[in-house]
Amino acid sequence: MADSNGEMNSRRRFLVLTTSVAGGVAAVAVATPFMLYMMPSERAKAAGAPVEVDISKLEPGMLLMVEWRGKVVWVLKRTQEMLENLKKLNDVLADPTSEKNQQPPYAQNETRSIKPEILVVVGVCTHLGCSPVYRKDIAPADLGPDWLGGFFCPCHGSKFDLAGRVYKNVPAPTNLVVPPHVYLSENRLLIGSESKESV
Amino acid sequence: MSKQENSFMGWIDERFPMTATWRAHLSEYYAPKNFNFWYYFGSLAMLVLVNQLITGIFLTMSYKPDASLAFASVEYIMRDVNFGWLIRYMHSTGASMFFVVVYLHMFRGMMYGSYRKPRELLWLIGMAIFFVLMSLAFTGYILPWGQMSYWGAQVIVSMFGAIPYIGDTLSNWILGDFMLSDAALNRFFAYHVVTLPLLIIVLVFVHIIALHEVGSNNPDGIEIKANKDPKTGIPVDGIPFHPYYSVKDIVGIVAFLIVFTGIIFFVPEMGGYFLEHNNFIPANTLQTPDHIAPVWYFTPYYSMLRAVTVNFLGVDAKLWGVILMAGSVIIFCFLPWLDRSPVKSIRYKGPIFKFALALFVISFLVLGWLGTKAPTPLYTLLAQIFTVIYFAFFILMPLYSKIDKTKPEPKRVTK
Repeated sequence: MADSNGEMNSRRRFLVLTTSVAGGVAAVAVATPFMLYMMPSERAKAAGAPVEVDISKLEPGMLLMVEWRGKVVWVLKRTQEMLENLKKLNDVLADPTSEKNQQPPYAQNETRSIKPEILVVVGVCTHLGCSPVYRKDIAPADLGPDWLGGFFCPCHGSKFDLAGRVYKNVPAPTNLVVPPHVYLSENRLLIGSESKESV
Repeated sequence: MSKQENSFMGWIDERFPMTATWRAHLSEYYAPKNFNFWYYFGSLAMLVLVNQLITGIFLTMSYKPDASLAFASVEYIMRDVNFGWLIRYMHSTGASMFFVVVYLHMFRGMMYGSYRKPRELLWLIGMAIFFVLMSLAFTGYILPWGQMSYWGAQVIVSMFGAIPYIGDTLSNWILGDFMLSDAALNRFFAYHVVTLPLLIIVLVFVHIIALHEVGSNNPDGIEIKANKDPKTGIPVDGIPFHPYYSVKDIVGIVAFLIVFTGIIFFVPEMGGYFLEHNNFIPANTLQTPDHIAPVWYFTPYYSMLRAVTVNFLGVDAKLWGVILMAGSVIIFCFLPWLDRSPVKSIRYKGPIFKFALALFVISFLVLGWLGTKAPTPLYTLLAQIFTVIYFAFFILMPLYSKIDKTKPEPKRVTK
């Protein structure tokens, strides 16, 4: 009797175990379509074509906002003075030489741009996704006497210079992202693509 | 239970324990007789929950969860729907008042040690309700699709993006898109009107069942069940919930409704604290408002989120901010085990605890105030100092609650 009971128990344990495992597998299998349902749809994936911008009317110091993949991209034409000021900031920036991979190789330079005066960056703070404010005024009351113009994030106080490089000791960890872009001609800029043929 | 076979109730009771349930939870549920002002907020939270459920159902009749229609549909409710303004203001004011009463309800628990054994699980269920409430508030605030809806959601969802390795995939999964868009608005609507309300109703039910199992704590922090009448088995310091506390709570409800309706009719926006000015501007995906702050009930945590500005221990400041913000809420769950005092209630605790609790309340309020302000170097420094105080209250509690000089607890509840 004891033996057959023991055998019954071990058989029961085995059956409970296999049923639990099979049930668990089934639960994961059923959960999968529900979880994947929530990922971006095919329509959302298809959106995101490159955007062409005409920069012929852009005056020095002027910022142009362009929508690309639902995000704002800034096209800023920097003045000579602004470019001079970029060199003075190395000590207060977290990544002055753009070591972190936040830009295509052709924008990993002093001005973070293809053409020195034209800056193209995604205007989304690398902290928590707010859009910083373009503050070209020098030494304003709220940003202090050392401010040489740049972008200030109103949400959490992150600061970037006019090359989109992040300051030290602010919440944002990295420089602003430079999107892939290419000049189709002198004044025609294509954002979101690196080849001239794609349009 | 007396048998009443021939009566209507008798017929019901043979098929459903109606009378037994009424007695167990109302007419023969014995609560301590020394409840004070602080014991109104549990029943008031239930009142506000009912208000939110009813007004919410009516709002869904006219609201459109579509990024191109949502803002206009809310304005339609405000201007053209009969009494739409009233229903919406009841709902929006109810959201803020929910947090007012829940914060006071939690503070009551902290004062009188209501989280201590045997009420640890009751406290944890309460914390789960609090998490769901925060999710409800967050998803609800997105629905009007104004500037604050949009950028507030942008910040919160970006926090998930800060999680190493899985961050980007996780935020795409949450948003159903590569950025905050119509897909996210549509699903947050589903959470706000179906998933989360169901969850909160179940959790409130479980909270009350757990409460009635262990019995209510009281301002003296002593167990009334330890002293029962030998004949009846009823706690000598207990009185039936109904009619004694049901009637008392009606007084609280009347006082609350005076304040509540006063706000609805005279200051529904509360100077930008209940409904922020920037949210009367439709969402603009290209421009963040010059100054963004969450609604007042989230500002203490928001202050902590942006308080960290230096990388630390190989983790960058952004992730630290998110960890601190999440930690500042989750840490309440550990209170039952952090408090090592021999007594429960503040009435018998020593000066150190009273000082620590006062300091904690001050830091909560200061952080809340700072969260409504634009960040300046001075404010950031203040936020850092008070964040440290906030966490010290919890982390040092095992130490100071043990060495604190307590007074002896009474045998019976006092006045």
